[in-house]
Amino acid sequence: MKPAERMKIPRQTMPEQEAEVRARNFSEVNLGMALEVARREADRCLRCKDAKCVPGCPVDVDIAGFIAAIADGDLPKAADIMYEANVLPGITGRVCPQETQCEEVCVRAKKGSAVAIGYLERFVADWARENREQIFTPPPPTGKAVAIVGSGPAGLTCAGELAKKGHEVTIFEALHKPGGVLVYGIPEFRLPKEIVKSEVDALRQMGVKIECNVIIGLTYTVTELLEKEGFDAVFIANGAGLPIFQGIPGEHLKGVYSANEYLTRVNLMGAFKGEGSDTPVIKSTQVVVVGGGNTAMDAVRTARRLGADPATLVYRRSRAEMPARIEEIKHAEEEGVVLDILVNPVEILGDGDGWVRGVVCQRMELGEPDDSGRRRPVPIPGSEFEIPCQIFVEAIGTRANPLLTQSTPELKLNKWGNIEVDEHGMTSIPGVFAGGDIVRGGATVILAMGDGKVAASGIHDYLSKGG
Amino acid sequence: MFLIHEAKWLAPRVRQLIVEAPRVASHHQPGHFVIVRCHYDGERIPLTIADSDPKAGTITLVIQIVGATTERLCALEAGEHVLDIAGPLGKPTEIEKFGHVVLVGGGVGTAVIYPQAGALKSVGNKVTAVIGGRSKAYVILEDELKAVCDAVYPCTDDGSYGYGGFVTGKLEELVNDGSNPVDAVLTAGPVPMMKAVAKVTREKSILTIASLNPIMVDGTGMCGGCRVTVDGKQRFACVHGPEFDAHKVDFDELTDRLTAYRDQEEATWARLRKDPAHKCKFEAAERELKESTG
Ligand SMILES: Cc1cc2nc3c(=O)[nH]c(=O)nc-3n(C[C@H](O)[C@H](O)[C@H](O)COP(=O)(O)OP(=O)(O)OC[C@H]3O[C@@H](n4cnc5c(N)ncnc54)[C@H](O)[C@@H]3O)c2cc1C
Ligand SMILES: Cc1cc2nc3c(=O)[nH]c(=O)nc-3n(C[C@H](O)[C@H](O)[C@H](O)COP(=O)(O)OP(=O)(O)OC[C@H]3O[C@@H](n4cnc5c(N)ncnc54)[C@H](O)[C@@H]3O)c2cc1C
Ligand code: SF4
Ligand code: FES
Repeated sequence: MKPAERMKIPRQTMPEQEAEVRARNFSEVNLGMALEVARREADRCLRCKDAKCVPGCPVDVDIAGFIAAIADGDLPKAADIMYEANVLPGITGRVCPQETQCEEVCVRAKKGSAVAIGYLERFVADWARENREQIFTPPPPTGKAVAIVGSGPAGLTCAGELAKKGHEVTIFEALHKPGGVLVYGIPEFRLPKEIVKSEVDALRQMGVKIECNVIIGLTYTVTELLEKEGFDAVFIANGAGLPIFQGIPGEHLKGVYSANEYLTRVNLMGAFKGEGSDTPVIKSTQVVVVGGGNTAMDAVRTARRLGADPATLVYRRSRAEMPARIEEIKHAEEEGVVLDILVNPVEILGDGDGWVRGVVCQRMELGEPDDSGRRRPVPIPGSEFEIPCQIFVEAIGTRANPLLTQSTPELKLNKWGNIEVDEHGMTSIPGVFAGGDIVRGGATVILAMGDGKVAASGIHDYLSKGG
Repeated sequence: MFLIHEAKWLAPRVRQLIVEAPRVASHHQPGHFVIVRCHYDGERIPLTIADSDPKAGTITLVIQIVGATTERLCALEAGEHVLDIAGPLGKPTEIEKFGHVVLVGGGVGTAVIYPQAGALKSVGNKVTAVIGGRSKAYVILEDELKAVCDAVYPCTDDGSYGYGGFVTGKLEELVNDGSNPVDAVLTAGPVPMMKAVAKVTREKSILTIASLNPIMVDGTGMCGGCRVTVDGKQRFACVHGPEFDAHKVDFDELTDRLTAYRDQEEATWARLRKDPAHKCKFEAAERELKESTG
């Protein structure tokens, strides 16, 4: 096919559940592309020699390569290329912010729209899940054992990469189910738990052991793992941790949740199933969520699905500054979520019986740029107004969890409590590596995975040198 | 899955489980708790580690039935399994040489003070325990405490055993006894009791530590649901506690937050009681209590 012909093909769309229908259920919004549609989309790729998209990918997927294999109809090859670089493509194909990564730098984005790399990635992963028995074949064992703390994307990726090299890997997870944010935070309608389970099972098939209910720092310390439990290296990927509250009056009221708690109750603990689950969540018709990231979007769309009307999202900056994925903002609006921009909550009101009855907000305007380069929101005096609600969810970020770090005082931290690492992901303790949100603060799935990969290669080098 | 070695009733609706959890047992210190889940789709609930035996690899849980999850746990028998046990969690009790320490336990709170008593004794404190129950049958762990304390005062609301009245009445006597001054008080039990204990000791400026029991989910600091207000500041009980300076805790707020899910909890419990399989199992477990008490 000539480039000119490729240029003529329009970007294919992702089939979705109807907005009115999906706003009332927890099934996945995006339905996945059919083979012909995926091949047609793959034909849009120009197969650039010096492909710009690859450096845009934090885990270096050979994008042009796997897309060419789809176009040729060679799905086994596409899957091989994919899994070579990315052990969790079903997940990243669904939750990566492609528009600021590979798709942003795709040459086709300059004239029209980028190749739908994310959708094609998802397509390959879904195909592999349904059509392949064994996704990886483990190599002969090296005799070295590595402990991984946390089973979020950083931990899972590092485990997969180390297993590919023949190391014996055990993941220790504090919760009762593996996946980290992928299972407790990101909701079913965006990332079905079956997908996470099958990608985790593929790692198990490669020999990765996962032990739940183990809290490193309490059940074992990092030092014990190395000195008593027979591990040769440790990768710490315990995630971000403690939710931040705004510190405004009324946060003790019943009906105030961190997004982590709200989403954990509904997703991990199954409160969305109603009577099927023992874990309750407060029911309410009016819900306000504060924040502008993916977490806030997930919380407000979850509230909508649990029947909130209106489900309102307030954010203190403007829409352009919202860190959420563009697709999430679009989906939220289609589902009837009310976005109230340049608004900041200042007080939560109680009904006298300890329950939330509303939130007082202030309107904001954009002033001079701040440290982050974004224009600082400043309150407009006298603009206070009240939004009635019975649930108020705060999704304004997290800070480092101290459980592990306080039990390992030798571990060097920065002033925010995040672990410091060198370019190989190694911490101040030899043989102890770290990555993901515990190093970066709240970031993304793919950056956490990138860290997992860097650390895996750092660990491999360390072990090969006899560490 | 965690194998139950032993299950027995300590009092009506209070059951003790000794469960195999070697990693938890070998790291347990007084003040620690675990998060337990007992069936798929089940809730995660916090329970104090009442005792541990690192050699046998077991921990002891003392559970009072107040709702669906605690009732499910109390229907379990030796040889069966608890699905998930995660821990040990929370900050351990700060064990210091205070001098004379009084431990005040109400109901299953007695399970919290029991490991504290042994540890405080072993560093040279004089240890007095004041333990309360509705009536004689509800006083638990008295013999166990006697083995590690200098004095144990059981109290019953109805006067059927020991000191007749609330634990705070006995505590007041102790703090007013000039011959044997009290240097520190540790307390665990129902929130109104801990609040009353704090009131007694505040007047005398006696250091008082309370073990708080807010609703928890993960127990690892991730959700913030267990937040309590201490000295005007927001603290997460599972990471920063569960023990705090009782004179600075906002007990009224804690009491209110514990009611957040009352209607739904009652509905879940009612559903469980209608489940024939559970009913049969639970009734069998309850018969043991009748048999043991004659
Ligand atoms: C609601 C929500 C939506 C999001 N949406 C997106 C999105 O669409 N796209 C995107 O790219 N990013 C998204 N993110 C961000 C992304 O999920 C995180 O950046 C990413 O999960 C970080 O990965 P991680 O492996 O570092 O940690 P986590 O995923 O946080 O996993 C850490 C794991 O370690 C466990 N753990 C913690 N402490 C211990 C311990 N002491 N011992 C043992 N185990 C421990 C935790 O239980 C957890 O399972 C979202 C985040 C949230 C909360
Ligand atoms: C650190 C800590 C240690 C604890 N140790 C013990 C112990 O050793 N033995 C024991 O019997 N109980 C202990 N509890 C209390 C125990 O966790 C609750 O009784 C249990 O969660 C109730 O669950 P349920 O499903 O049976 O009842 P539900 O029907 O869920 O609740 C009944 C009532 O119990 C209270 N409650 C609900 N959830 C919790 C919760 N997570 N924590 C505290 N109270 C709650 C509420 O007031 C609620 O209305 C402890 C609590 C904490 C926080
Ligand atoms: S930059 Fe775009 S067009 Fe070029 S190889 Fe990558 S996906 Fe294909
Ligand atoms: S129980 Fe979730 S933070 Fe304490």
